[in-house]
Amino acid sequence: MTATVVTGIGVVSPNGLGLERYWAATLRGQSAIRRITRFDPGSYPVTLAGQVDDFVVKDHVPSRLIPQTDRMTQFALAASDWAIADAAVNPAELPDSDLGVVTASSSGGFEFGQRELQHLWSEGAGHVSAYMSFAWFYAVNAGQIAIRHGLRGPIGVFVTEQAGGLDAIAHARRKVRGGTSLVLTGAIDSSLSPYGIAAQVASGRLSPRRDPGEAYLPFDDDASGYVPGEGGAILTLEDAGRARERDVRIYGEIAGYGAAFDPPPGSGRGPNLRRAIETALADADVSTSDIAVVFADAAAVPELDHAEAAALAELFGRGGVPVTAPKTMTGRLYSGAAPLDVVTALMALRDGVIPPTVNVTTAEAYGIDLVVGEPRPLTGSAALVLARGFGGFSSAMVVRSAAAVRH
Amino acid sequence: MTEFSLDDLMRILRECAGEDETVDFGNDVGAVDFDQLGYDSLALMEASSRVARGFRVELPEAELAEVGTPAEFVALVNRSLRRQGTAEVRAGG
Repeated sequence: MTATVVTGIGVVSPNGLGLERYWAATLRGQSAIRRITRFDPGSYPVTLAGQVDDFVVKDHVPSRLIPQTDRMTQFALAASDWAIADAAVNPAELPDSDLGVVTASSSGGFEFGQRELQHLWSEGAGHVSAYMSFAWFYAVNAGQIAIRHGLRGPIGVFVTEQAGGLDAIAHARRKVRGGTSLVLTGAIDSSLSPYGIAAQVASGRLSPRRDPGEAYLPFDDDASGYVPGEGGAILTLEDAGRARERDVRIYGEIAGYGAAFDPPPGSGRGPNLRRAIETALADADVSTSDIAVVFADAAAVPELDHAEAAALAELFGRGGVPVTAPKTMTGRLYSGAAPLDVVTALMALRDGVIPPTVNVTTAEAYGIDLVVGEPRPLTGSAALVLARGFGGFSSAMVVRSAAAVRH
Repeated sequence: MTEFSLDDLMRILRECAGEDETVDFGNDVGAVDFDQLGYDSLALMEASSRVARGFRVELPEAELAEVGTPAEFVALVNRSLRRQGTAEVRAGG
């Protein structure tokens, strides 16, 4: 069994449509967080989000699919097209049972769902779209991607909130290791409608601030919660041996993965993020000194930030490893966040540079070396990505640069 | 009495289910299978719901299930409209 590698990437991000634009904007520290324009958020406790405003759906999605897809599925279809093209692979040339897709989802299609529920309650059942039968399901991105590209191998979806993005990639890796030739993975979430925002506000973790420069401040004394965003990334995973035979460019390796679940509140036991990290490091057969950068979950909720910082301090020592959260430029993308962080980690390793965290003044108490202001040179060949899901999910993933992929 | 046309149907299908830009059958579209036009059972369900509301006609589900081409769909709609018209006349309307 050889390594599982990433051969294609498609990105939909508030600060850049497509991998190149996203990476360039991220290195520039360009934030896309601004006042919500999809609806008037004036009377809502939350008014800011990272919106994808430059996606013209008819440029990227076939006409037949537009009426039956929520915005998140439209993003996912475009990103899957780009990832497949980027991987220089034609799915039609492989047996369809040898092609799969494993995605994650946090909220399904809230915008589509809200619209149809409005039809139901204000006009009656006869006015509800037939496509409501699937358009807002968690699994619909995987389903539509599979139909579009003729993928009839392993298909699945993970619903573990923000941790799902890593859980899906790890499961896709299992399928590649099990012999599937090509597996698409990653996630896209978009929930910036009144119904979506109301549901998110209920978590109590969203920032009420109205100034985009002051709203999402992880590891900062002035933290007030996070800002939501939409988007994510779709990746193609293949066995390294196959990728080399095909002579396709390899971005890097999905080298290690670990997942853990927190004990119930009031149990007297702490969170288990540390165990997820240790499992991922062991799975990748690396030690903490091999990790060049950590892409933090960065909830910007003090209790959660402390738990994350503590786990890192215990394993790496205080200030023992550079940490960054480019999601301060996009908002938290829910299931899309970690796949985008994995992509960003691969870019950072490729180009030898760590993108910055923006707007934050790191609080000393956290004991972490946060990369703020400017990008910083990176030395090393492995990165750690963390993702924690509401309700107790903790996942960690180690990615390795292309140059360091094991044979 | 209202007549439902092929143009009406294709317009409604386009509106509620988009269209496959790669195919163009022109005026012969009536005889082409819905599969070939890229319209699956949900698209037809959606279209029939719009037709039912827009033309105030009930389309029996069993008969709708037998429809395979646009021409057959149009025939079903007009058959149903005539049936309804006859029923209304008999009811003294």
